[in-house]
Amino acid sequence: MEILMSVLAGVLFMAGTYLVLAKSLIRIVLGTAVLGHGALLLLLTMGGLKTGAPPILGIESTAYTDPLPQALILTAIVINFGVLGFFLVLAYRSYQELGTDDMEQLRGTEDE
Amino acid sequence: MNNLVILPIVIPLLAGVALIFFRKQIRVQRYVTTLSLLLLAVVTMVLIQQVSDAGTQTLNLGGWDPPFGIVLVADMFALLLMLATVIVAFCCVLYGFRTIGEAREKHYLYPFIHFLLVGVMGSFLTGDLFNLFVFFEVMLLASYILVSLGGTKDQLRESLKYVLINIVSSMFFLVAIGYLYAITGTLNFADLSMRIAETGQDGLITTVAIFLLLVFAIKAALLMYFWLPGAYVVPPMAISAMFAALLTKVGIYAIFRTFTLIFYHEPAVTHQLIAWLGILTMIFGAIGAVAYWDVRKILAYNVVIAVGFIFAGLAVFTEVALAGSIYYLMHDMVVKALLFLLGGVMIGLTGTDQLRKMSGMIRNHAALGWMFFLAALALAGIPPLSGFIGKLLILQGAIGEGFYILAAVGLVTSLMVLYSVMKIFMNGFWGENQLSVEDERMSTRGLLFPCAILATITVGLGLGVEWVNVYALQAAEVLNNPQLYIEAVLPNAD
Repeated sequence: MEILMSVLAGVLFMAGTYLVLAKSLIRIVLGTAVLGHGALLLLLTMGGLKTGAPPILGIESTAYTDPLPQALILTAIVINFGVLGFFLVLAYRSYQELGTDDMEQLRGTEDE
Repeated sequence: MNNLVILPIVIPLLAGVALIFFRKQIRVQRYVTTLSLLLLAVVTMVLIQQVSDAGTQTLNLGGWDPPFGIVLVADMFALLLMLATVIVAFCCVLYGFRTIGEAREKHYLYPFIHFLLVGVMGSFLTGDLFNLFVFFEVMLLASYILVSLGGTKDQLRESLKYVLINIVSSMFFLVAIGYLYAITGTLNFADLSMRIAETGQDGLITTVAIFLLLVFAIKAALLMYFWLPGAYVVPPMAISAMFAALLTKVGIYAIFRTFTLIFYHEPAVTHQLIAWLGILTMIFGAIGAVAYWDVRKILAYNVVIAVGFIFAGLAVFTEVALAGSIYYLMHDMVVKALLFLLGGVMIGLTGTDQLRKMSGMIRNHAALGWMFFLAALALAGIPPLSGFIGKLLILQGAIGEGFYILAAVGLVTSLMVLYSVMKIFMNGFWGENQLSVEDERMSTRGLLFPCAILATITVGLGLGVEWVNVYALQAAEVLNNPQLYIEAVLPNAD
């Protein structure tokens, strides 16, 4: 199962990297979201996918899944969400202000 | 256990939250900001005294014992950087009162400066890898907003790149945390260090270490500095100065912490790599600093050179060289902020950042000119001033341990640094005076005072070496001997 998940995380990283290298700004923003999913999935996988009860003490079980990676991921999801929200608004504002979403035109070397 | 340790995080956090409610009252914002920074300086100095008397102070948050809860660790290295941070932030804020302008100040500028400080202080204090990630994000999110606040075209363009680079590096950070957790099963620095010392640093751990180095190197502008000149040029000068002094230094701190405490078993691989990265950073930074005729660009590339030089001390990895790095780090924070603030005054007066369009400013602004001269000499490392002793210790270490290329590049780039800042001084201040007092775009009233504070500290750091050295050596002792850190955090471990 871990191998399958690692391959999936790898595919997500590949797609994210490809999108981040694109010209259009919205693809880049989406690419960072895909990269984020890859990173979180990898974090979950690296914590171990051994079967066990959900980490709730109300459920009687001899083994529980590791709760720490879940807490880490929850934190990271919220942070990624905040950053993604900011990045989307920044992209929107830049589109309004600069009139383009083509990164080639946002080089900023026109004064040299 | 010492509850004082958390105050450097709590004070700016509470002040920042409180200021959100007083958005339109700029006077209230300014007073509260000044007060909270002064309070922060006092707390940090009390902590330095405690650590100097009684050794590293720790605080187990929530009363959980270290490997299980989050622990805050105040050792001398972190505290010295925190003190420099507070001083720099104080001077930049004083300067910002006059220069940033009401529109920005009314849109939550001071709350975000406080949140930036929360992130910086938290990163210095934390003893847990994931907690470090969270404080990095606090700092970065505040810095994204400070870069783009105001929304001019340049700012939007550069902040897009800055945000993208940092999101990608944060994702890498998460991945590195995942790998490290899979290998060791812990995220506490001291516990990590112990477990890796027990099992030995095999190839897998070294790979993760290099991955983590990549993450922090992007933040610290160690070779991966391509985002830096753009992002540091666009915000108002007071904010640029704060970024130049603080942001890259947090990345540098993180590399120092991880590679002296956790991944110190394979110096032939990791520390050699750091040495080469440092050499390339110094060379490329020096090329940039020499090439431009733009005050802000020259200063931004000087930030890059200093980063390369600081890592020379880590690559050499003897106690004296580490003390040199710590000393140089403190000096660099103060003097970079000073140079950026003085450069900001020059740009403000002339209305341009092109060196070829300014000259002869010394006639009307002698204090500004000589202060810039002093800062330039301090940056290059001329003996009575603050840059000298750090450079001396690092270079002595480098030559003693056989890092000849590193030492040579360090010395040659010092010359380039001197050339690049002297270029600003000679073009800006000497020559025919083209600028009469009436033509000036702003007054220097109140701006030279914060610069004078920083200049005094620069001279003080240089003349008071004997006094500061006690603290720098204490900091280097903990870096050079991870057992001291582990004993402070995990007193019950064998």
